[in-house]
Amino acid sequence: MSEAPLLEVEGLDVLYRGRGGEHRAVRDVSFTLGRERLGIVGESGSGKSTTGRALLGLIPPPAIVTARQLKFQGQDLTQLSPRAWQALRGRRMSMVMQDPRYSLNPVLTIGRQIMETYRLHHRAGAAEAKRRALEMLEAVRIRDPETVFAQYPHQLSGGMGQRAMIAMMLVGEPDLLVADEPTSALDVTVQNDVLRILDDLVTRRGMGLIFISHNLTVVSSFCDRVLVMYGGRVVEQCDAKALHEARHPYTRALIAAAPDLQRPRAELAVVHRDPAWLA
Amino acid sequence: MSDLAPGAIFDAAPRSRGEARIRDIRRALRPLMRNRLAVFGLVIVALLAAMAIFAPWLTFGVSPIAQDLSQRLQPPSGAHWFGADELGRDIYARTVYGARVTLAIVALVSVIVAPVGLAIGCSAGYGGGIVDSVLMRITDIFLAFPKLVLALAFAAALGPGIENAVIAIALTSWPPYARLARAETVTIARSDFIAAAILQGASTSRILFRHIAPLCFSSVMVRLTLDMAGIILTAAGLGFLGLGAQPPTAEWGAMVAAGRDAIFDQWWVSTIPGLAIFVVSLGFNLIGDGLRDVFDPRSS
Amino acid sequence: MSQTPPPEVEVAGLDVVFASGRRSVTAVRDLSFEVARGEAFGIVGESGSGKSTVLKAIAGLVPAPAGAIRIGGRSLGPKRSAADRKLMQFVFQDPYGSLHPRHTVEQTLQEPLAIHRIAKGDSLISQALRDVGLSDALRYRFPHELSGGQRQRVAIARALILSPSLLLLDEPTSALDVSVQAEILNLLARLRRERSLTLLFVSHDLAVVAHLCERIAIMRHGELREVLPVERLRRGETSDAYSRELLRASLGFARAGESLAFSPETR
Repeated sequence: MSEAPLLEVEGLDVLYRGRGGEHRAVRDVSFTLGRERLGIVGESGSGKSTTGRALLGLIPPPAIVTARQLKFQGQDLTQLSPRAWQALRGRRMSMVMQDPRYSLNPVLTIGRQIMETYRLHHRAGAAEAKRRALEMLEAVRIRDPETVFAQYPHQLSGGMGQRAMIAMMLVGEPDLLVADEPTSALDVTVQNDVLRILDDLVTRRGMGLIFISHNLTVVSSFCDRVLVMYGGRVVEQCDAKALHEARHPYTRALIAAAPDLQRPRAELAVVHRDPAWLA
Repeated sequence: MSDLAPGAIFDAAPRSRGEARIRDIRRALRPLMRNRLAVFGLVIVALLAAMAIFAPWLTFGVSPIAQDLSQRLQPPSGAHWFGADELGRDIYARTVYGARVTLAIVALVSVIVAPVGLAIGCSAGYGGGIVDSVLMRITDIFLAFPKLVLALAFAAALGPGIENAVIAIALTSWPPYARLARAETVTIARSDFIAAAILQGASTSRILFRHIAPLCFSSVMVRLTLDMAGIILTAAGLGFLGLGAQPPTAEWGAMVAAGRDAIFDQWWVSTIPGLAIFVVSLGFNLIGDGLRDVFDPRSS
Repeated sequence: MSQTPPPEVEVAGLDVVFASGRRSVTAVRDLSFEVARGEAFGIVGESGSGKSTVLKAIAGLVPAPAGAIRIGGRSLGPKRSAADRKLMQFVFQDPYGSLHPRHTVEQTLQEPLAIHRIAKGDSLISQALRDVGLSDALRYRFPHELSGGQRQRVAIARALILSPSLLLLDEPTSALDVSVQAEILNLLARLRRERSLTLLFVSHDLAVVAHLCERIAIMRHGELREVLPVERLRRGETSDAYSRELLRASLGFARAGESLAFSPETR
């Protein structure tokens, strides 16, 4: 049974114009997303974060975002008004960011923030919103939801904060979640806990997930498919399990450049940047 | 060497430390040049400097102290462009020569206040503990005195005159710079590059002079330019009270004072020097605003 | 019978406590280990493990109890002499914060030479730049004109210009892209070989540490959990539960019931 894709992107471009000239942060990016996990991997300057933000309409002017096609559940996103974006964001598409210290409002309690997000998109009284918020906190496996509900972001550890952020972003029950380096600021033992929660929620709710990261190990083990970006372009698209058979020289170089616990090497491969990749 | 630098690497490499510094300063000040108001302020201050340096030529040899009682309180005319004061002296000439006194006071106060403030503030911020407490309490004491009152007290104790006016103003103006330097130092001291300097064996004075103080410099500069107007006004105030430059030296504050009895009928005697004070203060303020936008865009 | 040289670094019963007012935090508790001359020793831990604090205590940046730290057989207190400073140098994590923003590369490299009154600075600086693979054209550039990898190379050049025998590295590649990290790790391996350096490498990344180091210490909450040679780590022969957990987590994400290409727990 094939289903209509959740997201259809074709020819996405993001252009920044500054005093130093023009800069194409994202060039001609195309992909489709179903109810699956898609990883976008790249180094700094590859355009991966910009792509994620462009999908949610979070690139402010004077940057120019254009695409031949940008459709979410069949709805055209390219000409959307701010009000239409507001209706979409938080409700049908959502974003989790890297560091909860900077992405959660420091002066509101966790509970308030989750309730606010919920009430923005659903007609619900305070009691109902509180119930939903507590439900979400339980869903992200926070053992003591009542306590965390009343706490402020600075009182939470990295892992807890990130779970709270996930709870807040999923309370509206979106169909698409864009996660931009959601585990990069966390300790490695905590990372896997958070990934397991994301995995569970995404599977159970049948959501589409775009997982943006610089960490190839995590992306290749967590996602179903992988996009590799370099200089604003997608240089490789393949199944996560087939990554070691990647064809583009940049992907192969990136895999070879990362130290591997199971394959000791005397010297790590160095990426020789071919200017042709930027063409 | 394969990773690319963010843009600047594409122009020719500087060939010496001095060349690198000059380029860096020019690059930092380029946004200042685009700010039209700041450039206007720079023009005013440049004019002030020109007036001070080229006074004899700009007045065509007319003396600022030559009295001519037949010309007493003459209105502006061909003979006296800005009119004459109560002793028949040419106000234009006195205004132009008055720039020297103003410039001298501004320069001398700056040269005392900035280094003292930096020295005390940086030492307090880096030393911490008892050094910090003692230095900051001394700073607080000086900060508590109202400028003009303390200046009056000093002038009364030391006698009137430009030098004493400078000392008086400097003594009351340095505390904010110490506070500023201390606040910056506390942040800078936590940086890794300071730890690196300590690990290399740098002495405390070396760290303060070569590593910390240069970084506080831009804030001090901004603050100083914005304070200039206040310094000029304080100097003028002292002059008005007869405690600054003594007659017959032309000083704008004293000139304003001299003309206050005649202000309704012979407005030019007080107003012209008053305008000069206003314009120069404005010039410094505009530069200060421009510098602040360049160095510290967060606070604008 | 020849005498074996004393260990380059000896840490014995190190306690580091940070106190502010009535509250105190024990960052490092009763830590002991040894590093031989010429060895590359890694310290791995997560946030709050105290790994960076250990390095800073060895460097003298945080106070340590007397006798807890011995370098080359000599006990070292927080007051270090100029000679002590020349023995060991430090490479910091953040390439953006470890170089003075208003000093050119040349000035940054000249500083340690000037402090120790070493003449012929120019040729030493040229050599240092060559050693870390930086072009001489970068000599009079400011840090904000350099990329992260270039800044870190300058930091390494600065650390090595006094020819120390011990190099302390605090997460030197954590802020760098993978490709840049590979270059820096290769550089460090080469410099270590050429200069017979002793390396003390701290990181949260087990794979990075395993690549460069011969023995690895694993820390948690200020305590040393285990020290083991890298081959044993790769085979999964850990004797501590937390080490096992850390190793498993470092291999990547595994869904419940799924087993990774190699499972440490089958031993």
